[in-house]
Amino acid sequence: MTMLEVQNLSVRCGSKTIVDHISFSLKKGQWLMLIGPNGAGKSTVVNAISQGIAYNGSVCCCETDLKSLRPEQVAKLLGVLSQHHSINYSFTVGELVRLGRYSYAPGIFSRKSDEDEQMVAQALEMTGMTPLINRSLLTLSGGELQRAFLAQLFAQNPKILILDEPTNHLDLIYQKQTFELITAWLERHGGAVISVVHDLSLARSYGSHALLMNHGSAIACGTISEVFQPDYLNAAYQMDVGGWMQQMLRSWN
Amino acid sequence: MAKSNRFLTGKGDASASSFAALRQKEHFGPIAYLCFIAVTVLTLLICVCVGSVTIPFTDTVHVIWKAMIGQPIPDISAKSIILSVRLPRVLCVALTGAALSLCGGAMQGLLKNPLADGSTLGVSSGASLGAVIAIAFEITLPQFPFAGTMVMAMVFAFLSLLIILSLAYKLDYSLSTNTIILIGVIYSMFVSSILSLVITFAADKVKNITFWTMGSLAGSSYQNALLLLAALILCGGTIVCHARELNAFAIGENNARHIGVNVRRVKLVTLVAVSALIGVCVSIGGTIGFVGLVTPHMVRMLSGPNHRRLLPCCIFGGAVFLMLCDLLARTIVNPLELPIGVVTSFIGSILFIVIFYQSRRNTV
Repeated sequence: MTMLEVQNLSVRCGSKTIVDHISFSLKKGQWLMLIGPNGAGKSTVVNAISQGIAYNGSVCCCETDLKSLRPEQVAKLLGVLSQHHSINYSFTVGELVRLGRYSYAPGIFSRKSDEDEQMVAQALEMTGMTPLINRSLLTLSGGELQRAFLAQLFAQNPKILILDEPTNHLDLIYQKQTFELITAWLERHGGAVISVVHDLSLARSYGSHALLMNHGSAIACGTISEVFQPDYLNAAYQMDVGGWMQQMLRSWN
Repeated sequence: MAKSNRFLTGKGDASASSFAALRQKEHFGPIAYLCFIAVTVLTLLICVCVGSVTIPFTDTVHVIWKAMIGQPIPDISAKSIILSVRLPRVLCVALTGAALSLCGGAMQGLLKNPLADGSTLGVSSGASLGAVIAIAFEITLPQFPFAGTMVMAMVFAFLSLLIILSLAYKLDYSLSTNTIILIGVIYSMFVSSILSLVITFAADKVKNITFWTMGSLAGSSYQNALLLLAALILCGGTIVCHARELNAFAIGENNARHIGVNVRRVKLVTLVAVSALIGVCVSIGGTIGFVGLVTPHMVRMLSGPNHRRLLPCCIFGGAVFLMLCDLLARTIVNPLELPIGVVTSFIGSILFIVIFYQSRRNTV
């Protein structure tokens, strides 16, 4: 079953084309890794899919064009985890996670349902944030903060998770935790995941599919093994990627 | 490995108490509201009593009570001071304080900027300019003599917000704390210079310049209070209804969009409501600076940043804060009277520096 269908996605900024006719589709249970060198347009693709910027082309989720939906309807289909969070006010973890349920009762006179409470509790448990529920966001470490936002995303319970470099600045232990949490979510909820990932080893070991971009256009798209061909990678990154990875690994032996 | 498993399942961590906390209500209960109302009413009565002539508390309560239930009022010498001078003024002060604080709280949330306020963003100055232009050029609506001033103040407040925000967006998309305040201050100075110019040329029609730059609620009438109350119910109600959306904005505009908030609509509605409210306040009481900056910060210590608690708290806290400031302005150099903005700006600018210093230290 096709969950996400992106066709001829183009994003222009002034006269400059940042993303040029990208097309791909995502089926249930798949994890698509968006890879490519800096400035390839990966984050822009993700922003366009989550309706954050203007684009040409179509993005359909579960056979509905996202442009025709209201924001709260989009939020039930797509959830986004960004890479940086700057916090100015001391909201608690519980308040943050509960905001994830906004799209289920967006009106003014909405009440909390039992389902909301259940989903919030479940999301907190999955991410191990339950003991920190009353902690202020200002007091959390970078890894804890990212897990709090991940819990919000789980409470939102979208069909597709979009992760924009979710572990870019985090310690290794949090990288591992985050990616395993997302694997667990994928198994449990049967949705699909798109993530922008810089670390090619992470991309290779957790992803099922990949889209390799360079200068705004797609170089290769398909399963991980199809995309992770030396020809494609070396051309995009302008270096011997495989050789470099082997060399890195040897330093551990 | 054991650790990562615990993270995946989370079993054994969930204690009963944390789930009870989870179910805790986000808003205040009726008892809290009764306390707020009691404190506000008490402050109001004290402010009516104290002044150049101090009136006994019991007399004040007696006169106001009789007037409220429509019975003949006992003939005390202080009767006219209470009913026609102090009470309307204190009522207007309370309502203005409530309105300005609510606006400040809403803007600080919407822009995720702890320094945002009508006066730091230049919205109040813009509203003053609108009001002064309306008076100087005699822009009135037929049948509603005062409405022209008010509408112009609202329109100019909204235009000021639009100009400041679009300039800030152009310079710095993330609307960082410093950029937007810098633009607000510059805009404020620019508008003030035009304001002085207009006032100089129309000195016979417009009240003195101190009124428009420092504000005063001396000589307010019950009609003014009624107008303020109507604006507060209408615009303030709209703002309070968007408490959850403001929470999302206070976490971050992108996060708000991701969880399904209609970012553009909420922003527009809130900004229109804020401008209208500031416009009404300015056209009645002039520019009273920094109220919207000070109150939300003090109130946040009590209520936390959640707008469901913060906004109602701002209404009561703002009323109490401005009534006390007004009391100080009336009594500190008795028999002279300071403009109320002198007191609020004095407290506000000190607090501004403290917040600015703290936020710099946090980011560095």
